[in-house]
Amino acid sequence: MQQKYYVFIGIIILAFLVGTFSYPNYFNNGVDYLNSKLSLNIPHFLDKPFILGLDLKGGVSLTYQADLSTVADKSSAMSGLRDVIERRVNMFGVSEPVVQVQGEDRLVVEMPGVTDIQQAIQMIGQTPYLEFSEQKSEEEIKYVENVLKQVRDIQTKEGSTIKDIEKIKDWQFALQGQSAFFKPTELNGKYLTKASVIFDQTTYKPQIQLKFNSEGADIFAEITGRNIEKPLAIFLDGFSIIDTNGDNKIDAQDAYAPIVQAKITGGEAVITGDMSNKTATSIALRLNSGALPVKIGAPISQEAVGPTLGSISLKKSLIAGFYGLIGIIIFMIVFYRLPGFLASIAIIIYIAINLSLFKLIPVTLTLAGIAGFLLSMGMALDANILIFSRIHEELKLGKGYVVALKDGQKRAWPSIRDGNLTTILVGVILFIFGTSFVKGFAFTLVISNLIGMFTAIVITNYLLKIFLGNKEPKWLWLWR
Amino acid sequence: MNIPFLKFTKIYYIFSSILLAIALFSIFYFGLNLGVDFLGGSVLEIEFENRPENSVLQEKISSFDLGEYTIQPVGEKGVVLKMKEINLEVHQNIISKLNEVSPVKELGFEDVGPVISRELKGKTIVLVAVSLIGLLLYIMISFRKVSRPVSGFVLGVVSIITLTFDVLITIGFFAIIGKFYNAQFGIPIVTALLTIIGYTINDKVIIFDRLRENIIRRSSDDFKELVNRSINETLLRSLSTGFCTLLVLISLVIFGGETLKYFSLALIVGIVAGTYSSLFIASPLLVSWQKLRLKKR
Repeated sequence: MQQKYYVFIGIIILAFLVGTFSYPNYFNNGVDYLNSKLSLNIPHFLDKPFILGLDLKGGVSLTYQADLSTVADKSSAMSGLRDVIERRVNMFGVSEPVVQVQGEDRLVVEMPGVTDIQQAIQMIGQTPYLEFSEQKSEEEIKYVENVLKQVRDIQTKEGSTIKDIEKIKDWQFALQGQSAFFKPTELNGKYLTKASVIFDQTTYKPQIQLKFNSEGADIFAEITGRNIEKPLAIFLDGFSIIDTNGDNKIDAQDAYAPIVQAKITGGEAVITGDMSNKTATSIALRLNSGALPVKIGAPISQEAVGPTLGSISLKKSLIAGFYGLIGIIIFMIVFYRLPGFLASIAIIIYIAINLSLFKLIPVTLTLAGIAGFLLSMGMALDANILIFSRIHEELKLGKGYVVALKDGQKRAWPSIRDGNLTTILVGVILFIFGTSFVKGFAFTLVISNLIGMFTAIVITNYLLKIFLGNKEPKWLWLWR
Repeated sequence: MNIPFLKFTKIYYIFSSILLAIALFSIFYFGLNLGVDFLGGSVLEIEFENRPENSVLQEKISSFDLGEYTIQPVGEKGVVLKMKEINLEVHQNIISKLNEVSPVKELGFEDVGPVISRELKGKTIVLVAVSLIGLLLYIMISFRKVSRPVSGFVLGVVSIITLTFDVLITIGFFAIIGKFYNAQFGIPIVTALLTIIGYTINDKVIIFDRLRENIIRRSSDDFKELVNRSINETLLRSLSTGFCTLLVLISLVIFGGETLKYFSLALIVGIVAGTYSSLFIASPLLVSWQKLRLKKR
């Protein structure tokens, strides 16, 4: 068998894979049907959803500018800030939030599905609060345990509701988890100047060094003095600063509470213990974020898109894309007949490859991104048109169709290359310097242009060769 | 087919100059109707159950300090309200005030602070400059082997001149529809302008490519004749490549949403201007430049 038939089989397999991957419903329905009829167990095709941007599915996007004028280590301050805000957004119950540091001092918070911009801003707006808490006295702990017992009793009783629990005095202890056993001291993040990871000189184990300012040093000395051999818990926004029970999330069940060994004066303390480098680093980072005097203030830019507006935009652009596609296919078939038809098949494969890539990478699809993709769809045919026009020219010179096809492809290449590379060049520049709207557009423009070059040059040309065979076509009018 | 394109060079120059003059006049006289992304400010998009008259809305919000604001009806029930930057409180108050007229649903809200808008202006200028320089370099490198009778550098400069023409025409067009149809000149339009630069250069490249080939194949021919022949040989494909892209864009203008509508319209104007300028400006310029050089000798 000739090489071109292998390529043809390759194209069919590729078309099947990308087509099914971008829209697996038909395949999966078919599989369900077969499975039920023949009691087989064929698995479903991988069903990965598209990731839609805020402008298409609705949500709130906020941009903050942090005041870093008093901070020395800017990047660690920003990543600390990001961690804290990410946790707050997660507590808010937002699905798939994106919290990103942008540039040096910007923080972008994207919350899909959120509609109340006011509430979102209030929740994010507070500066993270770091507090050092000491263990409650024995009577207090007994009291807490007693309350917790009462709550548990009601919970296990049948037919009880949240109302019954709320009747118990101080029932909120049940929500506080570990922090119910601690009470805040006067010491908080305001007094901490720096936390860093150091290594023990003999054991090389990581330790966390805390430095307090002079006021903080006095408070710290007093607190450690009255809490010798007792735990001193560190909370950030009311939660433990790290995951201590190993379930990979920080919740009320966690409490990070090193034991005080001795009264510490001079404002410098070291937390020792068996911890990994990573744990030590993340503790130090969060201590720093709580200690941050970083203010973020009100957002410098905000955007809220209601869910209806988003879905309308998406639907409209898809309809526009569909009619555009029909338009080009008609144009190609009318002007270029059979080659135009083959190019239309290639353009449909091109769409499926693109959609698959968007799912696979994954690309967050925005309105701008869809525009970039649809525009490239029009541009992708340029390469075909250039090749077909060349073939016409070669035919005019009296060459046979087989030779004309080969020469036409070769001669058209420099124009195709230059044409696509200039578009890609501008796309890359847009991506590097642009804002988020521009980036979304530029990214899909560049990807789709590359794919377009591939489908026009490889797929269309092989389809032409295979349909043509090695002999002159019978109905030449169909081919020119 | 051999259309004597270069016979009427003077007419093209005059016509192009008139077009350019209209564009420049519109830009400077009307100014650009800049969007919030450049000016800073807030945009509130709402939908009423029963949309009241603009004058009723005006009266309702007249108690707020909104700077220079515009009320623009959209579709059957929607209204877009553009104003200076407002805080959360004012935002909520406006909604509750408008609720008194007819139940209001908030569709979207956008607020751009002065820091961002100032930064965008700077970035846009850098973007345009970097793109033009990048393309100049690309053409020079791609056509470096062409030295006689025009060098790659000249081809590059001619391309940049025509690209500038394409961009100015599009900006001028937006100055006019900004004035009369309240179309905003924002980030999407800037993105479109840069895409125009990257795309319409293709037409020029196609003609130059053919010219390069013809120079090698028929070194003795008259230069003007070579350019004319190159245009004629590539005319059909220049038109059809642009046409395919236009089909998609026209579909976006007709069926697409508000943002993509103007974005696509900008691209359409730019691509049409680009096809025109490669035929009627780029090619005549090459010939004129060659003539000038011969005279100097």
